Amino acid sequence: MGFLAKRKPAPVQAAAAAQAEYIPSEGDFTLLTGRDINVDKNYASQGYWKGVAIHFLKDKRAMAGLIIVVLIILLAILGPSINSYGYKDIITVITEEGKKKIGRAIPPRIPALHRLLTGEEYTGVFADRVFLFGTDDMGRDLWTRTWTGARISLIIAFVTIFIDMIIGMSYGLISGYFGGMTDNIMQRIVEVANSVPRLVIISVLAIFMPKGMGLVIVALLLTEWIGMSKIARAEVLKLKEQEYVLASRTLGAGRFHIIFSQILPNTIGPIITQVMFSIPTAIFTEAFLSFVGVGIVLPQCSVGSLIEDGFNNITTLPYQILPPIIVLALLMLGFNFIGDGLREALAPKLEDM
Amino acid sequence: MKDKTILEIKDLDISFRTNAGVIHAIRGVDIDLQKGETVAIVGESGSGKSVTMKAVTGLLDTNATVNGGSILYRYTDDAGQEQIVDLLKMSIRDLRSRINGRHISMVFQDPMTSLDPTMQIGRQIMEGMLLHKKVSRQEARAHALELLELVGITDAEKRMKNYPHQLSGGMRQRVVIAIALSSDPDILICDEPTTALDVTIQARILDLIKDIQRRIGLSVIYITHDLGVVAKVADYVNVMYAGRIVEVGNVNEIFYDPKHPYTWGLLSAMPDLETDDDRLYSIPGSPPNLLHEPAGDAFAPRNAFALAIDEKAQPPMFKVSDTHFAATWLLHPDAPKVELPEELRHRLDRARKEAGVHFDPPGNPAADPAGARKEAGL
Amino acid sequence: MAKYILKRIGMALLTLLLIIFVLFVLVRIMPGNPFPSERMNATQIANKRAEMGLDDPIPVQFVNYMRGVLKGDFGKGTSLYYGVPIKTVLYTCINNSFRIGGLAILLGTALGLLLGISAALNRGKFLDGFCTVFSIIGVCVPSYVFLIFLQYFFSYKIPFFPYFFDNTRFLFSSTIPAVSLSLFTMSTVSRFTRNEMVEVQDSDYVRLAQSKGMYGAGLVWHHVLRNSLIPIVTVLAPLIVDLLTGALVVEKIYGINGIGKLMVDAITGEGVDYNYVLALGILYSALYIGIMMVVDILYGILDPRIRVAAKGEE
Repeated sequence: MGFLAKRKPAPVQAAAAAQAEYIPSEGDFTLLTGRDINVDKNYASQGYWKGVAIHFLKDKRAMAGLIIVVLIILLAILGPSINSYGYKDIITVITEEGKKKIGRAIPPRIPALHRLLTGEEYTGVFADRVFLFGTDDMGRDLWTRTWTGARISLIIAFVTIFIDMIIGMSYGLISGYFGGMTDNIMQRIVEVANSVPRLVIISVLAIFMPKGMGLVIVALLLTEWIGMSKIARAEVLKLKEQEYVLASRTLGAGRFHIIFSQILPNTIGPIITQVMFSIPTAIFTEAFLSFVGVGIVLPQCSVGSLIEDGFNNITTLPYQILPPIIVLALLMLGFNFIGDGLREALAPKLEDM
Repeated sequence: MKDKTILEIKDLDISFRTNAGVIHAIRGVDIDLQKGETVAIVGESGSGKSVTMKAVTGLLDTNATVNGGSILYRYTDDAGQEQIVDLLKMSIRDLRSRINGRHISMVFQDPMTSLDPTMQIGRQIMEGMLLHKKVSRQEARAHALELLELVGITDAEKRMKNYPHQLSGGMRQRVVIAIALSSDPDILICDEPTTALDVTIQARILDLIKDIQRRIGLSVIYITHDLGVVAKVADYVNVMYAGRIVEVGNVNEIFYDPKHPYTWGLLSAMPDLETDDDRLYSIPGSPPNLLHEPAGDAFAPRNAFALAIDEKAQPPMFKVSDTHFAATWLLHPDAPKVELPEELRHRLDRARKEAGVHFDPPGNPAADPAGARKEAGL
Repeated sequence: MAKYILKRIGMALLTLLLIIFVLFVLVRIMPGNPFPSERMNATQIANKRAEMGLDDPIPVQFVNYMRGVLKGDFGKGTSLYYGVPIKTVLYTCINNSFRIGGLAILLGTALGLLLGISAALNRGKFLDGFCTVFSIIGVCVPSYVFLIFLQYFFSYKIPFFPYFFDNTRFLFSSTIPAVSLSLFTMSTVSRFTRNEMVEVQDSDYVRLAQSKGMYGAGLVWHHVLRNSLIPIVTVLAPLIVDLLTGALVVEKIYGINGIGKLMVDAITGEGVDYNYVLALGILYSALYIGIMMVVDILYGILDPRIRVAAKGEE
């Protein structure tokens, strides 16, 4: 071993050597007693959902997404009532001379902050009023409108996706569970439905239905269930032949009982993940339809219609478009992060060594 | 050439950065490989055996850090000069162009995933040769055909054009072996080469490797958790636990005179047709999480024969014979005399008689822990 | 292979036919009057209906309509561009949309691939982080918002690019819409490429190639790229359809006379009649199904697992 002697000892070796110098003391060489070696302390038993929750809570991006979404939801609920303006109220003040002044196109302002930064005061009748996001060209408070709009967009998204989830899951579960001819026919239908571009559906709907929230909701209902049904079906096929289903089948459990008590809980994870990715799609579609002008009807507002308002005034009031765009982007971001986090938490990759 | 070390891993120390924290996966590993020999590394999953071999082949994941140690490798370079290099100090580029595939090859665990699905297998075999040997396409092709026949694939000409998914698992593993052999390596590292295969095919693949080894004088390292495989192929056995080697010896010493309680556990856990007892033994508990490194002997919590000192200090390597070492305080002269579990004793005796091995365990282990540290290899 | 391709084409045609039929029936049973009643009296309308065959049973109407469609005749507009063949209007619109969409696809795919590949090759480094942030922004903000910003800053504040589309200066005036349209594609492609490549880089077969001694560009070219780019074809397909047809709001805002704008008009009912809705529906569905089919076939050609299986079918 000639070539071994020339090496310098590595630092770790020194550490190991130091450890080897441990001087045994009295009683060290006695067998340990009174232990139960059968108790595994490394992997204390923990439930599946507890594991998922721990993984999710440790995921920084997912938590950021959750915080963003929760914050926006809170603001959408509470935001409009923070000040005294309604979402369609045109802010007016009667001056001492009895003249009517409309608070038109006031850029964002916080008088106290302005005073602090510039040492100057605003002038005019609105000098002491706070407008966090400013007012629009009609003189409506944008803070109130933004959060009212966010509220409507979120309600549309949640309602449609919830209904889609129920439709899609039932469809997928039935198709996957019964298999055979039922599955075959149901899947052909899905295939055809999936080949119709969303815009074609919307354009045909637009002839049948009046503009408004209803149109947006039906359009989303008709398109978003397909993805859900695919996931539900795939999960059923995976779980169907697993032993516990076989077991309960041999025990004489009814078919629907099997679907709803055994398979359903297992499909919830992937479906919720899909929901998190569908909500942004719904918000996007709603924004598009409202922007185009077939969604939310004035004076109501949604994120999309607010962006449209902002766009119409962009050269004169460029600040008006920013709040709805930022809210839209943050919602997208938040839900996507939550979705990513959930997907990873539900199917964690093994820590690679 | 027999008594010449061609690979020596010394005090290897590797840790991984993960989301959960730093995992100290390899905590001072020594392994020696002599030319033409077969060495097995045995241990449960997560014991660090694969990581050790990935370090040899430069395939460590990007989140791994080598904290210390060396992997010395002796080879004859293109000019016929004998070279000794530390593989850990080579750049990836150097390692790939000078060592990987030319001198050290690897066979992976799962043949279903270790071949490129979009490339014909002929090309996959020829690739390495064309890369290193500067042979013509025709020569490479001819050699690839030879290799396919060597690994027992019939109809080699036709198979060259197949894609991996057209072959069965056993066939694919043969192709992987052919790839590993394609540029006449000195060392073949087999990472659980048969775990993913049928039992009948397992035996054939093992025989194949053994046969080729005899013919071309390869040195082989097996990574496995299957002691059955070890008994069949290995000359020397390294038992690994929680990132350390806990017992090393030749195959007879490990199988008929094991000293470490962990080795006892592994041997007891081997299924045995002869045993009257129909319970299948398994070692209680699970390997430690190296995120939190144990202070003393990592095996102590699962060890029925743990001593008080096991919780305070890591045992050094105690010498049993010139080739046999074990890291357990039970070999310390002050330790109480603990015998092999009765049941295992009977099994090992019976196995020894069946195999017709004459093996006399040496008397008392060396009483000098400092000197017993396996300083100079075997 | 031929059988595999034929089967895919047959399936696509059948699906398309079914969709057209449903669209046709829906549009025909629609309540209301396709003619502007303020310009025609009852007899004129009745004559017009008879002339257009609107009183025939629906299956007969459908067959007649399809005969026309196969010859490229979608009928004439009844309100917007009254009397002008829809084919002519569609042709102009398709021409504009495809050119701008094509530009956006090229830009988005090329830069997306570049970004994704460089991110995967520099995993965990600055470029990787940049790619992640970039793709998040690109996916979270709709393309028309980008357009609004670009238009505001580079056409209004700094009047360098034209404020509206101008067909006589095609390339110059398509810069802003093409860039804003390409951002979503770019982000999606770069994110997907990066993730695919990282997965392939960690795969056993790449480790095997490394253990053969392959490294650097050779490894990336022969093993990593090939295996990670095949699946990208599948994400690219819907993106292409979206870009060719889905420049909706972007076209509307930037004043581009394209099919996206026509579709927006159809949805909002701004002077576009049912014949347009039908024609656009057919166009959109045909494009969507056609491109999906091409991708399906392409995938079969690129991936030996499917290619060989298809051979086995014959």
